[in-house]
Amino acid sequence: MWPNKFDYVRAGSVDEALSSITDDGKFLAGGHSLLPVMKLRLDAPEQLVDIGRIPELQGISANGGLTIGAGATHDAIATSADVQAMCGALASACGQVGDQGVRNFGTIGGNIAHADPASDPPTVLVACGATVNIQGADGSRSVGAQDFFVDLFETDLKDGELITSVSLPNCSDCQCAYVKFPHPASRYAIVGVAVCLKMDGGACAQADVAVGGATVKAVKCAGAEAALAGTTLDDAALNAAAEAIKSDISDWLAGDIAYPESYRQQMAGVFLKRAVAAAQG
Amino acid sequence: MSTRIFGSGIKRREDPRLITGEARYTDDIKLPGVLHMAVVRSPYAHANIVSIDSSAAEAMDGVVAVYTSEDIGDGLAGLPTAWLIPDSDLKTPEHPALAKGKARYVGDGVAIVLADDRYRAQDAADAVVVDYEELPAVIDPEEAAGEGAPLVHDDVEGNIAFRWVMGDREASDAVFDAADVVVSERILQQRLLPTAMEPRSAMAQYNPATQELTLWCTSQNPHIHRFIISAVTGLNENKVRVIAPEVGGGFGSKIPCYPDEALVSWASIKLGVPVKWTETRSENYLITIHGRDHVQHVEMAAGNDGTLLGVRATVYAGMGGYLSTAAPGIPTILHGLLYVGPYTMGSVFCESIGVMTNGTPTDAYRGAGRPEATFLLERMVDNVAREIGMDPVEVRRKNLIPAFEDGYEVATTLIYDSGDYPAAFEKALDMAGYGDFRRQQKSAETQGRYLGIGVTAYTEMCGLGPSQVAGAVGFQGGLWESATVRVTPTGKVQALIGASPHGQGSETTLAQIIAEELGFPVDDIEVIHGDTTETPMGWGTYGSRTTPVTGAALAQASRKLKEKARVLAAHLMEANVDDIEYADGSFSVKGSPDQAQSIQDVALMAHLAWNMPEGMDPGFEESQFYDPPNFVYPFGTHIAIVEVDAETGVIDLQRYIAVDDCGPQINPEIVAGQIHGGVVQGAAQALCEGAIYSDDGQLLTGSMMDYCMPKADMFPNFELGETVTPSPHHPVGVKGVGETGTIASTPTVYNAVLDALAPLGVTQIDMPLTSAKVWSAIQDANGGGS
Repeated sequence: MWPNKFDYVRAGSVDEALSSITDDGKFLAGGHSLLPVMKLRLDAPEQLVDIGRIPELQGISANGGLTIGAGATHDAIATSADVQAMCGALASACGQVGDQGVRNFGTIGGNIAHADPASDPPTVLVACGATVNIQGADGSRSVGAQDFFVDLFETDLKDGELITSVSLPNCSDCQCAYVKFPHPASRYAIVGVAVCLKMDGGACAQADVAVGGATVKAVKCAGAEAALAGTTLDDAALNAAAEAIKSDISDWLAGDIAYPESYRQQMAGVFLKRAVAAAQG
Repeated sequence: MSTRIFGSGIKRREDPRLITGEARYTDDIKLPGVLHMAVVRSPYAHANIVSIDSSAAEAMDGVVAVYTSEDIGDGLAGLPTAWLIPDSDLKTPEHPALAKGKARYVGDGVAIVLADDRYRAQDAADAVVVDYEELPAVIDPEEAAGEGAPLVHDDVEGNIAFRWVMGDREASDAVFDAADVVVSERILQQRLLPTAMEPRSAMAQYNPATQELTLWCTSQNPHIHRFIISAVTGLNENKVRVIAPEVGGGFGSKIPCYPDEALVSWASIKLGVPVKWTETRSENYLITIHGRDHVQHVEMAAGNDGTLLGVRATVYAGMGGYLSTAAPGIPTILHGLLYVGPYTMGSVFCESIGVMTNGTPTDAYRGAGRPEATFLLERMVDNVAREIGMDPVEVRRKNLIPAFEDGYEVATTLIYDSGDYPAAFEKALDMAGYGDFRRQQKSAETQGRYLGIGVTAYTEMCGLGPSQVAGAVGFQGGLWESATVRVTPTGKVQALIGASPHGQGSETTLAQIIAEELGFPVDDIEVIHGDTTETPMGWGTYGSRTTPVTGAALAQASRKLKEKARVLAAHLMEANVDDIEYADGSFSVKGSPDQAQSIQDVALMAHLAWNMPEGMDPGFEESQFYDPPNFVYPFGTHIAIVEVDAETGVIDLQRYIAVDDCGPQINPEIVAGQIHGGVVQGAAQALCEGAIYSDDGQLLTGSMMDYCMPKADMFPNFELGETVTPSPHHPVGVKGVGETGTIASTPTVYNAVLDALAPLGVTQIDMPLTSAKVWSAIQDANGGGS
């Protein structure tokens, strides 16, 4: 409720933001992850550099693939016709973040920089092969979403670096879905499963699968993918994938007092099946 | 005759200001020169306080003072426990406003910081260095009562604060020994966090010149707060004014007088400036009372034909680190006396053991003792039904007390006022389509779908209550209410009440009672409450008592006024009083209807006093003290229908039917609102709410991220029904309805889920029924296979 004292700077450009940030500073975008922890005094940055109004970080563009500005809000992504067409699972995930008030303020850049393991968008970004575009004092670089998320609340982002945008391949010829089992208290994911299926006739040519919520970070699930690929997604394949996904995530499990790791691990299998059904529906 | 205002579902007059954010709560009140108080709180559940170093904090900008228990000395007496239950060997350990030498729960106050700004106060509180020596902690009440448990208070041997016994143990044993069937269960009534929308807040302003203290605070009972603040500060009671401005919900959690209210008062007296404190939600979860926390060992005896013979229970009730204001009365008087419920069962026995633990103090939470009783009773009835292979509805139907209109004495010695339990029961079953449901349930099971139904018949005691009974059970106060109906010369009404509503809609319903009695338009009636200087004495709003008790006081005060008006009207119209007829706020002479005096005309003439009858005093105002002759006993039947997803353990509450009888409904919309809120709160105990502590006493559900508040999308539209059985002893026949939903819904939803799980072999799961627990229970019942 009562944050520690901090300095506040509003940046007008990415360059200004990068030159303003101090060692004990943090970038502030929508503030819906950062401000609550500051109010609880779990974090106490001495400086906030507000990047919420930087024009370069805004907007969603479609040009072969999708480029989503780091400052795009969850609501903007969820309601974007381009995102809905090219990656419906991401639109769905962003539409399930928090409540409408949170979605109106919270941004994709802030969301992935915070790297809450139970948040929805990272799971889809990992499944769909997104790229995170980053700028720092020494220039810009890009990193795959799978490598971007390192561990619990930990990313590949270095001090002083800023996420500028997220790119996604055009997934419009895939069947993709994000299915979430919300925690009854927080409505974060107990488990969230994203699938992206490339179908060839009745068979699944390629499956991309990621899990969040049940894990300390969004995890790509190679075992489940292999179990689905090359099948007609029949019950035997789904059962095999549901078993495989439990192994895929076994090194990364997370839980809480009410919904322990073991339960979430089992539910990953259940929700994989539901995600595949949703993708095909 | 116009539409009766009594019984009309007019809109709550409170709502516009609440919905638009214009309501003024304690924290909204700004005083110049106010100091903000932050409290340094123990991070340990049980620890000796070795030393406190406040030097760094005191040196910080804006900090005026840092005080510890030592600084307060005897400036504040310990906070009293105000329900001293008799014959229970009750111990009331000292409850200092700041911990003396030892902290007894996480959040126990250790020091206070006063600063010119809330942020600076918090910064300084963080800079107070306290050296603790951590001690072993105990949270589970049954464990705390066991051998070798850490001692919370040196002067409470074995941590047992009281041992209260109801009934005759030998007689009970004889019934159980002779019974065909005895079922038993260990029931956990988990801790609940009341979570009023408005956190607690207190601001004190002491005027050294007049030696008067004004305390604005989040109180359900400002007159009790005045009484206690006077006692702990030593100020004369007539020098203390307590104001409860808008209060954003309480559910019992704003009944007690807490250390924080005493501390702002003391600090304001000490420094001569206003002092304010408002808790954060994190603090609210740590320090504002919790509810429930029982470990119950329950047995029920029955005949093979389904006749219920007796119930007996040993209850370990967690009291937390200190005995809160009303705490001892909750798991005893308000609990055991409900053990018969709506049944003809002849034998009851309860041993309730109040146990000190290192948890947050517990006290009254919506229903207060009665939900815990109704749950165990209804759970055991279902267990009996399962044991003897009888439909649980048949067992209930067989044992319901037949209809009665004026008094029915039960084995707990209570005399229920009136009831027609079978009528409400059959109505609810009709609404639910019970027979059809059982057929659907069977056919669903063949498709691997698990549906369940829970049926609860209940009655409860509320409208607390006769003061003579309060005295007999050790409640350190009366339980009457008083009210003044004051009519201005222009015929507008101020109704001043001692009770202190905080969201119930009483400003509307009480105005409806007065409008009904006196004929004033309801919009011309203001109900004024929440200020000990403005309002007459009253004991507060809790225990579903404001409509039954304050409502009765207002009805009787109104009737006195009406009688005065009749005599004055007769005098003004030069008629015989016996010839005066009254209708719709107008007095006329029998046979000459064109000659009439409106209630407003009479009020004006009473104020002018130009032409009064011999012996009649001027003015148009009456007061009434009302002490109810008995409790009121609302009752009804609730039914829940659920489906459990066996793959995930997720429960879908599909239908909820509530048939409640609270006597004649003054405002059906408000009654429905009370039932909706109550059902949600009670169902949430079954489904999702529960405070969890680590073994060392850290609250793991310290925010709404982990503590699962119910949400609207978890519930279907409720199907409400009613029967109307007036209370024979109440002036307008009404009973309370503030807690019925909470009392009935927990076992209803729980039993529905366990009914759904019966084919899977699951017979017991501790609340709350999270999907993880349900899923695990299914796995365990299947022998571990998934």
